[in-house]
Amino acid sequence: MLNPRTDLPHDRDSHGRFLPWIIAFVVFLASLALAGMLFLDSLAAGWERGVSATLSVQIPASGNEADDDRRTNAALIALRTAPGVVRADLVPAERIAALLEPWLGPATAAGELPLPRLIDVEIVGDADVAELARPLQARVPEATVDDHRVWLDRLVGLVRAVELLAGAILALMSAATVGTVVFATRTGLAVHQDVIEVLHLIGAQDVYIARQFARRALAHAVRGAAAGLGLAVPTLGAIVYLAMRLEPELLPELSLSPARWSTFLVVPLAAAAIAAVTARLTVTRSLARMP
Amino acid sequence: MPHEANGRVIEFENVGLRYGLGPEVLQDVTFSLAAGSFHFLVGPSGAGKSSLLRLMYLALKPSRGLITLFGRDIATTPRRALPALRRRIGVVFQDFRLLSHLSAFDNVALPLRVGGNREDDVRKHVIELLSWVGLKDHVGARPPTLSGGQQQRVAIARAVIGRPRLLLADEPTGNIDDKMAFRLMHLFEELNKLGTTVVIATHNEALVERVGHGCLRLDRGRFAVDAGDQGVSDTRAARPAGGNRDRLYPSNAGDAA
Repeated sequence: MLNPRTDLPHDRDSHGRFLPWIIAFVVFLASLALAGMLFLDSLAAGWERGVSATLSVQIPASGNEADDDRRTNAALIALRTAPGVVRADLVPAERIAALLEPWLGPATAAGELPLPRLIDVEIVGDADVAELARPLQARVPEATVDDHRVWLDRLVGLVRAVELLAGAILALMSAATVGTVVFATRTGLAVHQDVIEVLHLIGAQDVYIARQFARRALAHAVRGAAAGLGLAVPTLGAIVYLAMRLEPELLPELSLSPARWSTFLVVPLAAAAIAAVTARLTVTRSLARMP
Repeated sequence: MPHEANGRVIEFENVGLRYGLGPEVLQDVTFSLAAGSFHFLVGPSGAGKSSLLRLMYLALKPSRGLITLFGRDIATTPRRALPALRRRIGVVFQDFRLLSHLSAFDNVALPLRVGGNREDDVRKHVIELLSWVGLKDHVGARPPTLSGGQQQRVAIARAVIGRPRLLLADEPTGNIDDKMAFRLMHLFEELNKLGTTVVIATHNEALVERVGHGCLRLDRGRFAVDAGDQGVSDTRAARPAGGNRDRLYPSNAGDAA
C-alpha cells in the first residue's frame, strides 16, 4: 500500500516531503487534545457519579451544647423520614475539627471554638432537594442545606466547556489537514502537469489520475500519522506517570480503559482518510477544467 | 452510430478556433475523413496544423462549429464519455511527450493500463510491440537514455498499442533522417492497411510526394483539400456558404473507404 505502482514521478520536491511531517504534528497534537478530552470526560463523569447524590446539612453552633444536640437529633429524625433520603449520618466532631485544622489551627481540636454540627446526607439521584428539606426546615429552622450539586454543576459545566474546546481543536486540526493536503495536491498537480496532460490525452478517466494522487497522499499520511502517534503515546504515558506521582488521589480515572485507548487509533486513521479523500476530490475538481 | 455507418471517422463543420481573445487560428474548417483512409496534413509553419490535430485528439474544444468523432457530436457528448473516445485515437506528439521517469515498457503500457486492462495482458502486448519496433533490448530503459529514433519508436508504440481507429502524428519525421522517416511511413501504412485512419502533419513536402496519399492543406488557418486526396470530403462543397471557394478543391467524396 505504501509503494503502489504509479504513473507519477517520485516527488523529490518539498511538497511531497512536508506532508508527512505536517500530518505527524497534527496527529500528535490531535492525540493530546483527544487525550485531554477523554480525561476531562471521565473526570466529570466521576464527579457526577461520586458527589451528585450527597448533600450536607449544617446546624450552626448556638453556644449551648444541649440545644445543639436537641436540634441535631431533630434534624436527623426529620431527614431520615424524608422521602428520597438514603442515609443521614452525623459527621463526628473530630472529623470536623480535622477538616478545619489546616485553616484554624489546633484550637478547634481542643474544643475551644464552637463548631457547627454537620450531617452527611445521601439521597437518591433524582430527589428534589427543596421537597426533601421542607420537614427539616419546619423542625429546625436554623439548619442550612448545602446541596453539592449546585457547585458541582458549575464545575462540571467548566470541564464540559474545556472538553468542547478540545473538540473544537480537533475540528480545527482536521481543517488544517484538509488545507495542507489541498495545497500539497495542487502543488503536485502543477509540478506534474505534463504527466497529467499525457495521461488525460491518452484517455485516462479523471478517477484514474485522482486515485494515484489519493494513494500517494494516503501513503504520506499513513507514514506521518504513524510517526505522530508514535510520539503521542510515550508523551501521554509520561504525563500520566508524572501526574500519578504528584497527586494520585486528585486524578481518579487517569488510567483509561482499553476501549478508550483504542479511540486513539481513530486519530491517525482519520488523518489518513481525510488526506486520501481530500487529494482525490482536489484532483477531480481540478481535472474537470480540462476538456 | 449512424455516422460511422456512413464510414466517416471524423467530421468537422465550420470549425473555428481561437486561443483566448486572440484572432482565429482556424477558420471555417470543414471536412470529413473516411474510415481507413490515409492523409498528410501539410501547410507552412504557423498554418494551424498542430491546432487542428489538437482539436482532433480532443485536447481542445473548438470556439465554434461542429466536430463529430466516431459518430458522436463532441459538444453534446458528456465529459465522462470523452476518455473512451480518446482511447480510440492514437497520437504521436511532436515532442513525443514520453514520461521520462517511466521505462519504455511503462510508457507503452500506459494506454492499456489507463483502459483498465489486466496486467498480464499488458505485459504480453507491450513486449510484443516493443520487439516489433526493434526495442526488445530497451524495454527497461528510460526515454532520456534512448536515442531520438528510439524515443520516437517508443512514442509510436504507445500511440498504436491500443489499436486505435484514428492515428494522428504531428511532425513525426521532424528530427530524424530520411531513411528513418521512410521506415516510419512504412509502419504507418502497415497500420493503415489494418483499417486505421491515419493523419500525419508534416511540412516535409518531399516526403509527401514520395509516399503518395492525399493532402489536407492548411494555409493561415483556412483549409483546402487536394484533388488527389482519396477519402476526404469537404462537406462544405455541397453548401452555398463559405467565402473562400477559390481555395477549395472538392474531392471524390466518401467513396474511398
